[in-house]
Amino acid sequence: MFDTLSDRLDGIFSRVRNRGRMSERDIDEVSREIRVALLEADVNVRVVRAFINRVKEDALGADLSKSLTPGQQFIKIVHDELVNTLGGTTGKLTMSPKPPTVVLLAGLQGSGKTTAAGKLARLLKSQGLQPLLVGADLQRPAAVEQLRVLAGRVDVPFYSETTDPVSVARGAIEEAHRLGRNIVIVDTAGRLQIDADLMDELRAIDAAVEPQNTLLVVDAMTGQEAVNVAEAFNEAVGLDGVILTKIDGDARGGAALSVKEVVGKPILFAGTGEKLDEFEPFHPDRMASRILGMGDVLTLIEKVEETFEESEKQRAEELLHSGRITLEDFLEQMQQVKRMGPLQNVLGMLPGMPKEIRNAELDDREIARVEAIIRSMTPEERRKPEIINGSRRSRIAKGSGVTSSEVNNLLKQFKQVQQMMKGMPGVARRAKKGKKGKGKGPKMPAGGIPGLPPL
Amino acid sequence: MIVVIIVIVVVVLLLAAGLALLVRGRREHPTVAGEPPAAEAPPPAPPAPPAPTVDELEAMLQVEAPPEVAEREPVVEAPPAVEEAPVVEAPPRLRDRLGRTRSAFAGAFGRMRGRKIDDETWDELEEALLLADVGMATTTRLIDAVRERAKEASASEPDEVMALMRDEVVSMLDDDSATRELHAPPGGPNVWMFVGVNGVGKTTTIGKLASQQVAHGHRVVLAAADTFRAAAADQLELWAERTGGEIVRGQEGADPGSIVFDAMAAANSRGADLVLVDTAGRLHTKSNLMEELKKLRRIVDRTPDALKEVLLVIDASTGQNGLVQAKQFADAVEVTGIVLTKLDGTAKGGIVLAIQSELGLPVKVVGVGEGVGDLIPFDPAEFASALFEADS
Repeated sequence: MFDTLSDRLDGIFSRVRNRGRMSERDIDEVSREIRVALLEADVNVRVVRAFINRVKEDALGADLSKSLTPGQQFIKIVHDELVNTLGGTTGKLTMSPKPPTVVLLAGLQGSGKTTAAGKLARLLKSQGLQPLLVGADLQRPAAVEQLRVLAGRVDVPFYSETTDPVSVARGAIEEAHRLGRNIVIVDTAGRLQIDADLMDELRAIDAAVEPQNTLLVVDAMTGQEAVNVAEAFNEAVGLDGVILTKIDGDARGGAALSVKEVVGKPILFAGTGEKLDEFEPFHPDRMASRILGMGDVLTLIEKVEETFEESEKQRAEELLHSGRITLEDFLEQMQQVKRMGPLQNVLGMLPGMPKEIRNAELDDREIARVEAIIRSMTPEERRKPEIINGSRRSRIAKGSGVTSSEVNNLLKQFKQVQQMMKGMPGVARRAKKGKKGKGKGPKMPAGGIPGLPPL
Repeated sequence: MIVVIIVIVVVVLLLAAGLALLVRGRREHPTVAGEPPAAEAPPPAPPAPPAPTVDELEAMLQVEAPPEVAEREPVVEAPPAVEEAPVVEAPPRLRDRLGRTRSAFAGAFGRMRGRKIDDETWDELEEALLLADVGMATTTRLIDAVRERAKEASASEPDEVMALMRDEVVSMLDDDSATRELHAPPGGPNVWMFVGVNGVGKTTTIGKLASQQVAHGHRVVLAAADTFRAAAADQLELWAERTGGEIVRGQEGADPGSIVFDAMAAANSRGADLVLVDTAGRLHTKSNLMEELKKLRRIVDRTPDALKEVLLVIDASTGQNGLVQAKQFADAVEVTGIVLTKLDGTAKGGIVLAIQSELGLPVKVVGVGEGVGDLIPFDPAEFASALFEADS
C-alpha cells in the first residue's frame, strides 16, 4: 500500500517546520507529491496541471496555522480546492415547466446506464414523481429486457418498441402524456465517443425529445479516458450533469474531477452499490477525501449508522462511559464491527492510522484466532481475566489451538487497552455533553482530515 | 452519540488489529516443537454469536431475488438448429482498428520529431504514458530504464528514444513465463471462467469467443452463471443462438454454483469439450461475492484438470484501480490471463502494463469492436506503438 499523502507531505515539511511560511521551493516540492497523489487517483494529467497551479496560488499566501502541521494545512488547501471544483451537493434535476421532464442517460458501454436508470426511477418515485422508464438501447442483446425487469422491481411503467431509438424516444413522450407520467427516463445504448454513427444517433434522440437533463454516466474506475469521453459527449449533446457509478469499489475516483473540469456541470448522483436503493446525491467532500486517499470518516460513520441498532449504540455508549471494557464486551463489539465488512477495509477508512496497522495485511482469519482464544475462556474469565492462572491458561490454549504464550500476549495487550480506556476521561465527558466534541477518538493520532465538517 | 460509537469501533479495531498481528507474529515463529496435536480434546463450543455468515450476507445483498427459485433446476436448452456455420473472417489487426482514429505521426512521436532530446522529451514521454493509464510507478520505472539505455547507446534522436521505449514496453509485456494461448486441448473437458467487475464486457467476450471456438471445431456449452444482473442470461442466450453453442441457464437469483455444475454435467453428457462460464460482475471489494466466486471455482475443480483458463476481463478505460482488481481476483481464483476489452476507443489500456509487470498476468486477447471477429490475439508490439499515439 502507498504511504498516505499526509505522511509524505509531513516528511517534506519536517524540514521546513517552524519557518512560519512556505517558500516557493517548498511548495514546488509539495506540489509534486500532490501531483503523484492525484495521478494515482486517475485524475487526468492535464487536469492535474491546471489544478496544481490553482492550488499553488492559494498556498503561497497562506499563513501556517499552529494547530495543523504544515503538511496537513497544505492538504486542507488542496482538499478545499477539490471540494470547490467538484461543486456543491445537489442531486436535483431540472424540472420542465411543461411535463413530462425528460432525462436522457448517455455514456460508454458498461458504465452502468441501465442500472442507473432503474435506480433513478426508484429515487424519483420515492420523491413523489411519476417516472416512466424507456428502453432505447436496442444495441446490446437483452438490454431492453434488463430495464423491463428493473422497471418491474421498482414498480414503474416501462416503454420500448423494436423500431429505432429515435422513434422509441418519441413514442415514449406520447406514452408519458397518455399515462400522465411527469418524468421520462431514457436509457440509451452504450457508445464509444468516437463512433460517429452512434453519436449521430444520440444527437437525433437528443433533438427528438429535447431533454432538460442530459446526463453522462461515468464509471468511477475510469482512468485518463474520462476527459475524452466527457468532452465528446458534451460537444455532441450538451451535458447537464453527471452520474458517477460504482463508487462502492475502492477506486479513488479521480475521473469525477476530470469530468467535472471538462463538463463544468454538477455531478448529481452517485451509484453506491448493486441494490436499487444504493443511489444517492453526490457528496463532493467525501469524494475529495477519497481522491486524496485520506480515508473516509464519513463513510465509516454511515456504515456505523447502518450496522448498529439503536440499542447496540446505547450499549456501546454505556461501555465507554464506564471506561471499562471486558473481554466479553470486546467480543460482542467485535461482532458488530465485523458486520461492517472486512476489517482491512474498515481500517482503511480511518484517517491517520499508524502505519504499521495500515500496512499490515489483516486477514480476518487471524482475527478469528483472537476470537477463538476469547471464546475458549469461561464467562468468568472473560470478565475477570486476572483469575487466569497457569492451568486455566493451558486449557484456553488447548481449546483454541494456540500456545500458552499467545494467550498470555493477548491478555497483556488487553490490559494495556483497558488502561488506555481508563485514561480517556475526555471521552466520557464529551459523550455526556453531546455531539459537540471534535469527533476524534482518543487513540487517533491528531491529523485526520482537515476540511471535513465536524462529525 | 455517534461519536461514541466511532470511538468504540476504533478501540475495537485497534485492539483486534493489534492482537491479530501479535498472534500472527507468534505463528510465524513457532516456539515449541511439541505443539498440541489436533487429536486433543475438541475445543469448547463457542457461544455462537449472531455473526452473519457469507450466505446470510449474500441473502441480504440480493433481497430482490426470490429465494425459493434458488432450488429450481436450471434448464438445459438445446441449441436452435443452425443451418450455416458461422463465418469467421481473418481476424482484424489491432492496427487496422486503431488506424481510423490515430495517425502515426500524432502524439508523443510526432511532437518529438526533429528535436533534440532534452528534459522536455522525457516529460512528454512521461505524459504519454500517464495518459495511457500506465500509472505513476510503472511509468517512472520505464522512463528510468529507457534513460539508462539511451545513455548507453548514446542515442541523440527522438526516434531512437522512441524505439528504445517501445522495446522496453514490449520486453516488459513479453516476459518468458507469459503464454498468450487459450488452452483447450481436444477431447476436453475444458472450462474457461470469466471474471471481472461490473460492466467490463464479460458476457460479450464470451459470446465472441464461443463463436470463434465453435468455428474452430469445439463443441461449446455456455454456463449463464450470472444470475444476478437482470436479463444477463437472456443476453448470453442470444449469443448462444447466434453462435450455435448450447446454454445452461437457471432462474434469476438461482445459485450460480448449480448452474456451473449442471453446465459441466451437460457438457459431459453431450460430448461438448469446452464450457465457458459467465459470472456476475462483482467489485473486488465485496468479500462475500468474492467468496462466491471461489466457490464457483471449487465446483469446477471437482473435475480434475478441467479448468484451463480463468480470465479476468478488464475494460481498456480502467484507471489505476485495474491493478487492485487484478490483484484481488488473482488472489481469489488464480487468474490465468487478462482479456482487455473496448480497445477500439481512444482508451489505451495502459494499466495492463502495470498488471503484467507487477503480477505477471499476460493479456491473452483484446476486444476491438462489436463484431464477432473483433476479439483478437494480443500483440505486444502493436500495443506498445499504440500507447504513444495520440487521438486525431
